[in-house]
Amino acid sequence: MLALIIRRVIQSVVVMLTVALIAFTLFRFVGDPIAQMVGQDTSLQDRERLRQELGLNDPIMVQFGNFVVNTVQGNFGISFRIGRPVNELIMERMPATLELSLIAALFALLVGIPMGVYTGLYPEKWLSKLFLTVSLMGISLPTFLIGILLILLFGVILGWLPTFGRGAVDQFGWWSSGLFNADGIRAILMPAFTLGMFQLTLIMRLVRSEMLEVLRTDYIKFARARGLSNRAVHFGHALKNTLVPVITITGLQLGSIIAFAIITETVFQWPGMGLLFIQAVDFVDIPIMATYLILIAAFFVIINLIVDLLYFAVDPRLRVERAVGGH
Amino acid sequence: MEADQPLLQVNNLRIEFPTRRGTLVAVDDISFHIDPGEILGVVGESGAGKSLTGASIIGLLEPPGRIAAGEIYLEGKRIDNLPYEKMRRIRGQEIGAIFQDPLTSLNPLYRVGYQLVETIRTHTDLSESQARKRAIDLLKEVGIPGAEERIDHFPHQFSGGMRQRVVIALALCAEPRLIIADEPTTALDVSIQAQIITLLKRLCREHRTAVMLVTHDMGVIAEAAQRVAVMYAGRIAEIGPVQDVVKRAKHPYTHGLMGSIPHVGHAAEKLTQIDGSMPRLTEIPQGCAFNPRCTRVFDRCRAERPDLQPVDGSEVACWLFEEEEKKVGYGD
Amino acid sequence: MQAITRSIDSFYRFLDSDVYYSFRSSKITMVAAAFTVLSFLAAIFSPWIAPQNPFDPAALDLLDAFTPPVWEGGGNAKYLLGTDDQGRDMLSALLYGARISLVVGFGATIFALVLGVGLGLVAGYVGGMIDGFIMRVADIQISFPTILIALLINGIARGILPKEAHDEMALYVLIFAIGISSWVQFARTVRGSTMVEKNKEYVQAARVIGRRRGTIMIKHVLPNVMGPVLVIGTINLAIAILSESALSFLGVGSPPTEPSLGTLINVGFDFLFSGEWWIVIFPGIVLATLVLAVNLLGDWLRDALNPKLR
Repeated sequence: MLALIIRRVIQSVVVMLTVALIAFTLFRFVGDPIAQMVGQDTSLQDRERLRQELGLNDPIMVQFGNFVVNTVQGNFGISFRIGRPVNELIMERMPATLELSLIAALFALLVGIPMGVYTGLYPEKWLSKLFLTVSLMGISLPTFLIGILLILLFGVILGWLPTFGRGAVDQFGWWSSGLFNADGIRAILMPAFTLGMFQLTLIMRLVRSEMLEVLRTDYIKFARARGLSNRAVHFGHALKNTLVPVITITGLQLGSIIAFAIITETVFQWPGMGLLFIQAVDFVDIPIMATYLILIAAFFVIINLIVDLLYFAVDPRLRVERAVGGH
Repeated sequence: MEADQPLLQVNNLRIEFPTRRGTLVAVDDISFHIDPGEILGVVGESGAGKSLTGASIIGLLEPPGRIAAGEIYLEGKRIDNLPYEKMRRIRGQEIGAIFQDPLTSLNPLYRVGYQLVETIRTHTDLSESQARKRAIDLLKEVGIPGAEERIDHFPHQFSGGMRQRVVIALALCAEPRLIIADEPTTALDVSIQAQIITLLKRLCREHRTAVMLVTHDMGVIAEAAQRVAVMYAGRIAEIGPVQDVVKRAKHPYTHGLMGSIPHVGHAAEKLTQIDGSMPRLTEIPQGCAFNPRCTRVFDRCRAERPDLQPVDGSEVACWLFEEEEKKVGYGD
Repeated sequence: MQAITRSIDSFYRFLDSDVYYSFRSSKITMVAAAFTVLSFLAAIFSPWIAPQNPFDPAALDLLDAFTPPVWEGGGNAKYLLGTDDQGRDMLSALLYGARISLVVGFGATIFALVLGVGLGLVAGYVGGMIDGFIMRVADIQISFPTILIALLINGIARGILPKEAHDEMALYVLIFAIGISSWVQFARTVRGSTMVEKNKEYVQAARVIGRRRGTIMIKHVLPNVMGPVLVIGTINLAIAILSESALSFLGVGSPPTEPSLGTLINVGFDFLFSGEWWIVIFPGIVLATLVLAVNLLGDWLRDALNPKLR
């Protein structure tokens, strides 16, 4: 098991280096960093001096090495557009995105899994058919449209909820949280629902199809033949076996929630990293784009590692290297 | 209880599958019984309806399959029309089951001890620790060495043969009167097949448990069963004591089946095989279903379907014997 | 002649098949198929059926801007569904917008399909180092959400291309960005099936009689893996349309001069608070219905080709 974890960590490092390379390539070769940083009237000498200072005249491998070292130290350079260090900008925005993603993920899991189990167990009931119809609409409605409809209904027509921003936040060290006051909570409801909706439908449909698959297996038939109660068969045996694939996909989905937050943050003008990123794309603000990319990759790698560890907790076949007994 | 009441009585069972091209009859009007403590072998090619018959007895016929006609009685009580919850209590408690593939019959995520204890506690009032003790005893009884330790292992830590022993232990948890064993040895190595059959025979004798042994392996039947039913295309072609059916097969189909088993010590004997294959359920011919493949077919076989009739100790569904009866006047 | 009889034969075989039967027995699928076909036709023929050419600035009359739909007070019979901030007829904009969404959706899906199936076939059939490399790249890519990759490629393209070319190249960039971000699923599925097919006797036989590798892959292996590819393709079409609309909504997709459905929603969103709801709602309805119809087709196709999942 330790060997496997080490292998996964090495793989993760390779992934991170690949992403760093892409980010570096972006940094170095897309557009001219100098032209982005200085005004039209800067002299050629000044440009050359800046080039020298920034190390842009060093060999490429040295530049990449410096880039990786800087990245590891949390030094992501200075935004072309805003003119402030990128890590400051990101740190300011991160709590907003993480809180939004977390609430959305909890919503998707806590509602999606029970719905999936129900529709898997009772595919013929009318409630299942209703859930399935709603879920199909859920994956067909674009995220931003859900957000817009919510704004129209609860913001514009009913006027119940704020239509943009985070509301009031409390400061805990560098972390700013909107979850500890009513205003902040009111502000997060619509964005979290919007962001979680798509994941909810995905999780529900996944749990349902896994449940249907598992219910057809021999061990479930045999569990029935042993006379176990429906509850024991469904929740003791079937549900646990659906967990393995559900954990994988859900893990990946949670990662993509953070990325999909870009859209939700744009709709609700939510002051998170996604909004920062999309503005950066608009202005080709490479340092912010590259940093965001690396950060998202890091989140993914960490989530993947956690998913792998969860596998071990659920599936005993992975825990034991190989079968012990003979005949 | 009457001494001669059969443990299981199946009358005129008919299993249908509604499909868009009409209803398929997978099992067509079959009747048989099993006595207490008896091993009844049921043989036939795949698709003959033998596994479906077994599944309908334990009430686990998978939709859209359904029992369209007939009755099933266990110790005189009708069980084919019980509501799900009542039937569930009979499963495991009075009728146990063993499935073909021991590799897939056990839930891979639970220790075998958990699965045993859960089954025992479903059917008895034993406490957790008593149930565990009984589980260890059961594992010992089915011949698993080091049962005290092995009870805490996961299914994947057992070999195929050992897993089938665990499955048998699970079927025996509540001391059922009848076990439906659906191809219990098919997925196993030949050397282990014999061990499992021996084990089944021994347990049956010691507990007076009856077994319906479903298989396509005539050798297994000859080894284990007291009586045997030969199924073909959803019907019973021949049923009777194992010696009669194996040694003096009457139905041409049974004859063909016997011709395809090699006998030790008869190396020179030529193995025969039946030409063609069993018809699909959509294409069952008129008359006797076997007639296109039968070497002794005659006109009546193509027109009328034969029913089971007593011939010389067994029952056979074949027109040959009615003809012979008239000509030679034997029978009775 | 022979070809004709053969195609008639296969047509009758199709009518008799389970796929066609399940199509006929599902009303919702038939409605979805009808709607999809209708949208395709509307999109293809939009230049002939649209009352106005919404891409032609000369045809727009700023004085007619913000006209509500006919049934609202202040509506104008000339503009059935009203107009946007530029005085653009919404109905025409919808028809042209759907056309752009479909072109990008189809283009991206076909691009992803060709790339994914090709790489999947090679990885599965050739194996070894090449397989390892392709699948590693796939592993890394699949751990990033489609939308992020598309955004990134879009951003890079903006950085590389001269500013004047942005609008002109926007659709190609979109097709490329969305296509390249979704090849992995095709590749994984095809690779899996190829590895199974490769060891079947008919492929071995073809190899023994000395057929070339490429011929075997295309003539023997490919037809046997097309079922799942078709299913993924259909579902992917819905996802590609959604991705395009998301990118356009974020302002990095199709330009406001040639708006897709997503761009229309993006433009209309600004006017939501001032009460001009029709600019955002109509494109929203069209987009959602189109994606829903394609998703329904995809769902049905998956069930029909994979009877064990029913």
